[in-house]
This record gives sequence, structure tokens and C-alpha cells, in this order.
Amino acid sequence: MNARVQPGAEPAGLERRDFLKASLLVGGGLVLGVSLGACGKPGASAGPALGGQPNAWLRIGGDNTITVLVDRSEMGQGVYTSLPTLLAEELGVPLAKISVEAAPPGDAYINALIGAQVTGGSTSVRDAYQKLRLAGAQARTMLIGAAAERWKLDPATLVVADVAVKAPNGDSLTFGELAEAAAKRPVPKDVVLKDAKDFSLVGKPQPRLDTPSKVDGSAEYGLDVKRPGMKYAALAQSPVLGGTVKSVDAAVAEKMPGVIKVVTTKSGVAVVAEHYWQAHTARDALKIEWDAGANGKLDNAVIHAGLKDAAKGTGQSARKDGDSGAALKAAAKKVTATYELPLLAHATMEPMNCTADVRADGCDVYVGTQVQGIAQGAAAAAAAMKPEQVRIHTTLLGGGFGRRLEVDFIPAAVEVSKAVGAPVKLIWSREDDMTHDAYRPPALDSATAGFDAHGALNAVAITLTSPSITARMFPPVVEKMVDPFAIEAAANFLYDVPNVSVDYIRHEIGINVGYWRSVSHALNCFVVESFMDELAHATAKDPYQFRRALLAKQPRALKVLDEAARLADWGKAPAGRHQGIALMEGYGTYLAAVAEVSVPGGKLKVERIVCVVDCGQTVNPGIVDQQITSGMVFGLSAALFGEIHLDGGKVRETNFDTFRVLRLNEVPSLEAHVLPGTDAPGGIGEPTTAIVAPAVANALFAATGNRVRALPFGARLGLAQGA
Amino acid sequence: MLTLNVNSQSLTTDASPDTPLLWVLRDHLGLTGTKFGCGKSLCGACTVHIDGVATRSCVTKLEDVGTRKVTTIEGLSSDRSHAVQRAWIELDVPQCGYCQSGQIMSASALLANNPAPTDADIDHAMSGNICRCGTYPRIRKAIHRAAELGREGGAK
Repeated sequence: MNARVQPGAEPAGLERRDFLKASLLVGGGLVLGVSLGACGKPGASAGPALGGQPNAWLRIGGDNTITVLVDRSEMGQGVYTSLPTLLAEELGVPLAKISVEAAPPGDAYINALIGAQVTGGSTSVRDAYQKLRLAGAQARTMLIGAAAERWKLDPATLVVADVAVKAPNGDSLTFGELAEAAAKRPVPKDVVLKDAKDFSLVGKPQPRLDTPSKVDGSAEYGLDVKRPGMKYAALAQSPVLGGTVKSVDAAVAEKMPGVIKVVTTKSGVAVVAEHYWQAHTARDALKIEWDAGANGKLDNAVIHAGLKDAAKGTGQSARKDGDSGAALKAAAKKVTATYELPLLAHATMEPMNCTADVRADGCDVYVGTQVQGIAQGAAAAAAAMKPEQVRIHTTLLGGGFGRRLEVDFIPAAVEVSKAVGAPVKLIWSREDDMTHDAYRPPALDSATAGFDAHGALNAVAITLTSPSITARMFPPVVEKMVDPFAIEAAANFLYDVPNVSVDYIRHEIGINVGYWRSVSHALNCFVVESFMDELAHATAKDPYQFRRALLAKQPRALKVLDEAARLADWGKAPAGRHQGIALMEGYGTYLAAVAEVSVPGGKLKVERIVCVVDCGQTVNPGIVDQQITSGMVFGLSAALFGEIHLDGGKVRETNFDTFRVLRLNEVPSLEAHVLPGTDAPGGIGEPTTAIVAPAVANALFAATGNRVRALPFGARLGLAQGA
Repeated sequence: MLTLNVNSQSLTTDASPDTPLLWVLRDHLGLTGTKFGCGKSLCGACTVHIDGVATRSCVTKLEDVGTRKVTTIEGLSSDRSHAVQRAWIELDVPQCGYCQSGQIMSASALLANNPAPTDADIDHAMSGNICRCGTYPRIRKAIHRAAELGREGGAK
């Protein structure tokens, strides 16, 4: 399902698309932007951040430069290429002519599918698909209009080529020459967008615009920010999650080389020094007494017991077709299973960091964030300033995966910058990052199915028990509805069964849980697709055919399932290999996967995964291919290895030795297939992450008869990955 | 003050001799293309060449570098013309890109010693470099492609 989260009462941005207006750039040129008009909240989180320019996503300079402000963060998923492609398609310029700049926080940049300026939920292309093409078409129309006026010609006779408007007689005016006049023209309301069959860029492979800077070291991530007079900070945080500082003895640390100041912040004790290594070394010389707080005895057994107890209760209904309770009572045959999912860290390659520069009149924050507006609010609170006094400069993100939807690494940087009166870059070590994440929620889920006397599947009842991320992040949402990010890939149960119920029991565990790539899809797809496999085997049916027979009303799901089975040679695995299949719909995308495993010496080895995706109209097939593979690797890492343990409220895993992730030599054959589609674009950054674990679990069962209902696999049996 | 040979330049630094080379490069010399990932030689994001050998700069102390030649991603070529960089661009390898400096330095060290690596050679040389975006299949293809480019005489 596509949740529409509305943190405030403000209507989400769809309506605002109509309030486009153009304005003049200082020094000549065209800015096509969004006027908030009557919809705008005066003094709201936005605030012009670009030299007094209005919120805008396109600038055409007098020098013929075209800049697209991208309002989503580039974290590997390709938005710095795919979003400009949409605009370039209608503007009529080659992608290579476009420069990209990160947009500041602003109401103009609210993600209409989420209701806040958020890069997440695989929404970037879906949200931008109309509005950026419209912006491109309007700008093109205005440029042509300006040329037509200059030449006294009918606009219909003019064409756009080579970043210029051309007349039938060969006359030509560059966009740069026309920009100033174009900006004075009214924004056309009635532009017609190209038909998909006429696309020249959309749907065609285009080189990523960010690749060159990512092969020569010049790409700038948060960690690479340099400011004049910048100092560095390392932060000591409570080893027990949620603990607080009781007392600090900084006598030794303060005298260490380079140390400028020791600052106790709301997040822990920071050491500020001339260089990072000095700050890091001195931090380890601090003597801190911590108050463990409520979590001093928290461990995985306590969390498991809490979930188990909570699971006996009654949940909120997320889906109710027919009467599964009555149908189960009357069932001729019943199958029940319980599944368990672990806490997981995000482990982005770039550890959390933030550079803040607090001055008397305002504050600049340089940060890799997925939430510019929330980051602005957090920094403002830490600086005791108004949000409009805080400028957020979004850098490239060295991985997001949902971790950078959190802003917990921002306030301390602001506090220390204010305390020392200089720009400060605060860097978390890998250990800080691993042990102070907002972890993926653990879950304890159960499913019961009933077959009638004829052997037909008549009822499925699923009960999900897990903590709610949304209750912490966007509290008003869960007051109005079942947490939409707890029931994905379950509430949209695809199979044609007369009686279906999905219930969600919210159970908090005392620590923060966070959105993790594909969020609850990764939890619930494992449950639903493992269970469907169990039902097939319980009735002696082929798992592919069993699903197939229940999908007559789901043509897109049926198609990806059939294609996955066909491309993977379902039922004809090579000797020693065994197959498992899984299906999912999420983010408006349909996908199916067939995993092929072997079990040398009883150890699991994933040999091959074939994934077929229908994500509707693609914008950049190369990026879609990257994301399908990326998601599979991410999902396989988690399925094989991923698990966070707490001991007395402290996280046991500290680095990549104890929190293992997939390495190059361990990657199976991964095959990504995209079905041609003309449906509206679906999201692609996340869905394939979720489908890997059930496909592998089902293949493992086919190989061994061992049904693994708790992840990761590596905790249940030996692994032969990479062998 | 210690003197380092970095990217064929002689550079001096006042960093303490026990400072990891990674932080000397990044904070003292301004060469931020080399990334911090783990601090314990577990992820490979900080890989540089020392006398041509792929080395984890996060666990290499400044004082242990001596007069040996350090090459960072910034010094691999001045114009992205190294065969590995060309192959990386041709195959659009990077996603978030954060680990790619380290991946490229490991791959270029491999190819310098082994112009036609097998998949097993690639497994061996690249298993120390983590990529959370999962660009591994494209990395493997790009190393084979860089080897081809090298054979065509394109490598510097």
C-alpha cells in the first residue's frame, strides 16, 4: 500500500502543483518555481535558501546553464539523474546539459506521497513524474513564446533543439538569450505532456550524472565538507541505549593535544579538537559515569518475551474480508505457523556525521539527510533559533536505507559549534554508528489458514506484532489509522481467498526502531510468502502452481510470477540445487523471485536469484537494474547474517566483523528482469530487498525439509556462502 | 613535522606520528576522496596504494609510511583516464558511491599485478571491500572490462 502520511494538518502538496509561477533571476534568467500562494503557511519550515530566490526547481541562466534543483536526496538510488531526466524530457534538452543542485528545505518540495520533504518510501520518481515533466514543458513553452514574440512568428512553427529555440528560416536564439524575456511571460496552464511513445529520454538508458565524480574522489559527502576554521568533534554516547550522563571527568582529555573543549550535549559528551583523530583519541580518555536509565536489563530474551506476551492480545484490524474467524472454526484442515524477525542495523557505509556552523544570526548545517525539513527543525531547536534561521545544505549521502530519516546525529553538532563559536564537523565512529542506530523493528508474527472440505483455501488470518516506527516519527498518523508502515505486504494480501484478516498489535520494546529499506515489506513478505509455501506443501501442491491458482484477479502479479518461473526454469533446477519462489506487491511495483540454493555439507549456499519486476513506466532502465540488484544484495545480507543483540541494554555488534554483510565473493548469480510497462511508475529502491528472504527460505525447505521461520538463516544453520 | 610522498608530491604534516594515514590524508592534507568506513581494516573504504600495494589507510600509522609512495584516488589519474575509472564510468558502477574510491584502488592494484584476473582472482582481491549498495556484480564486470581496456593499450 502507499501510505499518505500527514504529520501536520497541512494538506499534502498535490494542489500546489497548480501554483507555478515564473520569476526573474538576479542578473537575468528564468526561474520556474512554485508559488505557495494561499496554500502556503507563512513562515513555515521553508525559507528561501538560495540568495533570496523563491523555491524553484529549474534555473536557466543568461549563460545558457540549466540547473535543476533536486528535492530528493541522492543516496545511490539515482535521483540526481532520474528526476532531471523528467524535466529534460519536456524541456527538450540533452541530460548532459543539466547541472544538479540539492534543494533546500521548503514547502514547495513536500513529497505528495508522504506529506513532508522526505526521500523515502520509494516515492521519488512517483512523486516527481508529473510535476517535473510539467515544469519542463512550461519552461519550454515560455521560451518558445519569448522567441515567437521576438520574431513575430507563430509559436507553433518553432522548435527546440541544441538548448535553443529555432525558427523555420534557421534563426536561432539560445535558452540563455531568451531566459529573461521568457521569465516575464505568464506560466501556461494548458501545456500538453508528451505521450510515452514520444519519449526520447524517459525509459531509455542514460548514464548517471553523478558517476564521474564518484570515480575520482571529488564527490562530496557529509564527511567531506570543509569550512574555513572548521574544528572536529567526537561524541561519547551512553553505551546503554537511552542512558544519560551522570558525571564527566574530562581532566585528562582536556589536556590532550589539539583539544579545544569538552562539551556535554543532550546526546552525550563531545570532545572538540583541531583534528578528528585528536578528538577521537581524547574522547576515549574521558571518564564518564552513565545513568543506564530504563534499559539497563534489556536483552533479546526480554524483547522476545514481551512480543510473545503482546501477541496474545487483540490487534487493530488492517484488512478484513469475509469472516476468517468463523471460516477457521469451520475449516476441515488448519495450518498455523509463527515467524520471527530480528533487530537490524542499517550500517550505511558512511557513518553518521554532521557539520554545523552556528553564528549569532543564523546557522548553516551541512549534512547527508533524507529529511531536510525535520533536520532544519532539529538544528533550530538545538541552536535555540527559528527554523528559518537554519540553512540546510544537503550533501551526497554515503548510503541512506532509512538511517538518514533520523536526525539524532544533528543536534550535538549544532550544540558544539555554538559552544566553541566555530564550524564543527562531528563524526560518529563505526562503533558509534552500529551501537546507536534506530534498528529495524523485531517482529513476532503468526498466520493461520483454513481449507474447506474440498481442499480449497478458504481463510487466512495473519497477526503481526511489532513496535511502531511511525508512532515515534509521525505520531498523528497512528492516531487516525493502523500504522501503515507496519502492515505492508500483508494488508494487501494478493491471493484470492474468501476470508482474510490482517491484524496489527503494536508492542513497544523500550528502544527506538527505525525505517529500514523496504520497512515492513521485509518483515511481512517473509511471513506471507513463507506461509503460502507452507500451505502449498501442506496440500501437496507445487508452490508455484498453488500461488498461480489464486491469482486470477491479479494479472500483474500473475505475470511476474509466471515470468520468474519461466526464466528460472522452475521445476528444472540443476542436480543438487533446489528452488523457492516468492511474490510481492509494494510501492506500486509487482515482483516475483525464484531463489536456487544448494546445501553442501548441510550448509546453506544461495546460488542464484532470478527476480522479475513490473514497475510500470521506467525512467532510467539502467538505474532500475541497479536498484533491483542492490535490493537483492541488501536483502540477502540481512537474510543470511543480519541480527542485532542487546546485552544489558548495550548493542553487542560493533563493526563489520560482528555485523556481517555480504561481500563480493559471496554474491550469487543475480538476474534482474524488468517487464515492459506503461502503467504509472512504481517504486524500485526498496521492493526487491523484501522478497529475497522468503524465496531463500522456501528453497531451503525444498532442499532439506527444514522450515526456517526465524531470521537470519546463519543463526539457524551453517552457511556456505562464498565457499 | 613529517614528510609524505603522496600522489608524487612531497607534503609535510604536523600530525602526530601515530595518527592513521587516513586522517592525515583527509584532515591534514585535504584529500577527502579516501573514505572512513570502519577504522579497523574491515570494509576497505580507506584503501590507498603504498608502493603500489592496496593498503588500508585507517590502520596504517603515519610514522610507518616513511618514504614509500602513497597514491590516493585523487592521484590515480588527473582526468579519470585510468582503465579502471573508464570501465567504472562505462558500466555505471557507483550507486551511493561512498565505497567506490576504495573499490577502485583495490581493483587497480589487482590489475597492476594481474592484467587478466579470473573471477577467483577478483574474489580474492575484492572481498575486503564492502559495498552496502550491492554494486558487486557491476564491480566484477568492470574489472574484466578494465582488463580489456588495459590490453587494448588504454591503461596508463
